[in-house]
Amino acid sequence: MSSAPQDFPTSPSLAVQPLGLGPRFSLSRAREQAIRLILLCCALASILTTVGIIYVLLSETIFAIPPNEAFFQLVSPWHFFTDTRWTPQFSDRHFGILPLLCGTFLVAGIAAVIGLPIGLAGSIYLSEYASRRTRNLVKPILEVLAGIPTVVFGYFALVFVTPYALRPVFTGIFGCDVQVFNAASAGIVVGIMIIPIVSSLSEDALRAVPQALREAAYALGSSKYHVSTRVVVPAALSGVLASFLLAISRAVGETMAVAIAAGQTPVLTLNPLRSVETMTAYIVNVSFGDKPHQSLDFKALFAVAMTLFVMTLVMNILSHLVMRRYRETYQ
Amino acid sequence: MSATAMGPGIGVPRTRASARPSFVGPLFAGACATSAWLGLGVLIVLLVGVLWQGAGWLSWSFLTNYDSRHPAEAGLLAGLWGSLWLVVLATLFAVPVGVGAGIFLEEYEKKGWLRTLIEINLSNLAGVPSIVYGILGMAVFVKMFGALQGRPKVLEIGLRSAHLDIPLPFGRTVLSGGLTLALLILPIVIVVTREALRAVPSSLRQASYALGATHWQTIRHQLLPAATPGIITGVILSVSRAIGETAPLLMVGAAVYLANSPGGIETPVDLVKHPGGVLEAPFDSFTALPVLIFNWISRPEKEYRHVAAAAILVLLGLLQVFNIAASVIRARFQRQARW
Amino acid sequence: MLNGLSTIVRDRAAAQAALQPDLKASTKPKLEAHNLSFYYGATQALFDVTLSIPERSVTALIGPSGCGKSTFLRTLNRMNDIIEGTRVTGKVMLEGVDIYEPGIDVVALRKRVGMVFQKSTPFPKSVFENVAYGPRVAGHRGSKALAELVEACLRRAALWDEVKDRLGDSALELSGGQQQRLCIARALATNPDVLLMDEPASALDPASTAHVEDLIFELKQNYTIVIVTHNMQQAARVSDRTAFFNHGHLIEVDATPKIFTRPGQKQTEDYVTGRFG
Repeated sequence: MSSAPQDFPTSPSLAVQPLGLGPRFSLSRAREQAIRLILLCCALASILTTVGIIYVLLSETIFAIPPNEAFFQLVSPWHFFTDTRWTPQFSDRHFGILPLLCGTFLVAGIAAVIGLPIGLAGSIYLSEYASRRTRNLVKPILEVLAGIPTVVFGYFALVFVTPYALRPVFTGIFGCDVQVFNAASAGIVVGIMIIPIVSSLSEDALRAVPQALREAAYALGSSKYHVSTRVVVPAALSGVLASFLLAISRAVGETMAVAIAAGQTPVLTLNPLRSVETMTAYIVNVSFGDKPHQSLDFKALFAVAMTLFVMTLVMNILSHLVMRRYRETYQ
Repeated sequence: MSATAMGPGIGVPRTRASARPSFVGPLFAGACATSAWLGLGVLIVLLVGVLWQGAGWLSWSFLTNYDSRHPAEAGLLAGLWGSLWLVVLATLFAVPVGVGAGIFLEEYEKKGWLRTLIEINLSNLAGVPSIVYGILGMAVFVKMFGALQGRPKVLEIGLRSAHLDIPLPFGRTVLSGGLTLALLILPIVIVVTREALRAVPSSLRQASYALGATHWQTIRHQLLPAATPGIITGVILSVSRAIGETAPLLMVGAAVYLANSPGGIETPVDLVKHPGGVLEAPFDSFTALPVLIFNWISRPEKEYRHVAAAAILVLLGLLQVFNIAASVIRARFQRQARW
Repeated sequence: MLNGLSTIVRDRAAAQAALQPDLKASTKPKLEAHNLSFYYGATQALFDVTLSIPERSVTALIGPSGCGKSTFLRTLNRMNDIIEGTRVTGKVMLEGVDIYEPGIDVVALRKRVGMVFQKSTPFPKSVFENVAYGPRVAGHRGSKALAELVEACLRRAALWDEVKDRLGDSALELSGGQQQRLCIARALATNPDVLLMDEPASALDPASTAHVEDLIFELKQNYTIVIVTHNMQQAARVSDRTAFFNHGHLIEVDATPKIFTRPGQKQTEDYVTGRFG
């Protein structure tokens, strides 16, 4: 087995020859650069999306290219944010967003009251109490829950929660009037929807708390209940808060369940048993008609959308800031 | 593990502070456990309810009928085909761009302001309500910023034996819906690609470089093939998400009542028999499975509630199939890739 | 300890003489490092190393762990370029050309200077595709020529008989020793002049190790081999010249028999007799 290198089958391009290490020829280098450019464009597509969203929202509400007029050129921002009536379709038109905001917060509030504690309690269970086997059973269930489309929850709210849960309790026992469409049913199902978000993110935060902390607490004679509530949760507070913020943001942005179950009457009210209208439901309902592009009703849609976008953006940013603070503490 | 540590036997007197009722611990544990298992309870109630309302209305004709003014005759066909076309278009656009972006972020631009900008951007996009995507889609694809208002054009592209008639602006077509959904799932595809690439061991990368491969050759021949199962799983999951989306489609013009399928293709056989329909389909009006559900729920006649329930069963069934497919792929390739 | 090593060296010299009476290890340098210093960020890992590697011979780099021998090995085919924040001063000459000069095509360099890693890293592809990878990315197309090349490489790596019926099977199904020989065959497929081997047998059982060492012995007739090893018996068995590194400095380099029987430096003697490392 001692053939000289020249007996080795090679193609001319591989044959041993004077060094040939000079700058690789432009064709191959150019190809590598072209590929890099293409991939860069792909990465910029996501930025384009954000730019597009911001442009579309701004161009209908604040800056418009003439002869188009922006919404806030026709309706003053002051009225938009302080007027208590939203009646774009009546002859006496009012564009006050407060009723829509009220509807949104009513639903999101109920959702938060239901989803946040249950999600947190569930995450404490998964992190502190549950065996690995139990965790492997519960987590997929939560994932399935998270994957259920929101129309299904809307259906559930309208067809089951209102007649079989709300009515028996509130009309039957307390004698209150429960309308067919109401904020409570929507709030309940949105709360159920956000449980997986709170659960998984809070669980991550809780599990990131160093075991040494728990052991120190146990060594001082604390019960599991004490350790969980007085040591672990406070230690993971920023992560838990971040998950809360994200969940509320999700509840605020939720569309279909509220469009189906919460109603279409924009009113300022704190009564969850009556029909309301959220910002998201309004946007959906308006888009059904074939309103001309230039009409004020149509532009109002963008104003509401922009308010919604800014709200969820602020909450998401807050959530990330809080999350970053929690990461710095432990890493 | 939940008992308090010290009792009288050790000789340390119990102070007032530690004398709390002993049922709090177990009660708390019970509450937490209930919360965790509540999800299962909800799922069961949901499933039972929907089955009760809709199981009786499931039939083969339900799957092959179009929508109808008579609840008993209403069917899913338009929604099934619409959802199929939407998903196909969405993945067609989102997967190449998303994978490309993922490769770029993981392999090319490891640090710098551009990368930070893109990452902030991606995490923001993930939290944007889906209806805002719908508004974007409506403005950009359906109306194209009102540029061609009142003067719609048709762009004709001739292919070998047929020709494409692309309406400008796209209008309330499958194409608009598909592109909007593509934008929606793009962040998911990017994240999934990045994670799949990160999971490839660096020894593979080094061995490839040591053999004289260029950066792109290493990506194309070693890293991408190794990351493909993870990417496919992620794409399946994003398809699951896209199928359930309703709000963006409503904004983009999904039809309220539709008695035909895109391109006139009503059975899988039609795909072969009328290939021209395939070219027409993206530019046809459309509806989708969740949109049908929404429509049926909103109708005053109570029977439509049952139709909606049956449709929900079909939708949930489809989602489960995707879930299982993703799990199977993930498991199978995890066994193969014994680094 | 020294006596044991001398025995090994004497036996080997006799075996070599019996095999190839007129083929002496060449003295013409293939690779030369001149005042090479290497930095990981602010930390200096190699200090002013000047070392010449003669062609068609086996040069062993030995030293305690962390002494820089692997780092030095990786400077020879610029694999350290992949790590961020590394810096090189000095020169590495391949047949008279400084490979660190700006404008040098690193991709072509790595086809001339191949590498085999400590932990065998077969690609998750078939045996055939593993070996064919190097030529393929170099632009080689013809399927018949490729098949011949793959067979020749596998024969050279003493693996052909074991895999000739399994070329289409996944490389991950081979045993550890077979995988390492596959990696050697893979490295040979780009027709390099130099083979760098970073502890190629350290993860193998004794039988496979013996295989690999026999392989190195044969390969050196056609290739210049630089091998990093922490196993001194191995260095004594296979190499013609040995370089001893310690704390990033090249302490001593000489013909293998001399290093192991009459080392010039005290540090070398301490290491070789097992007093440290």
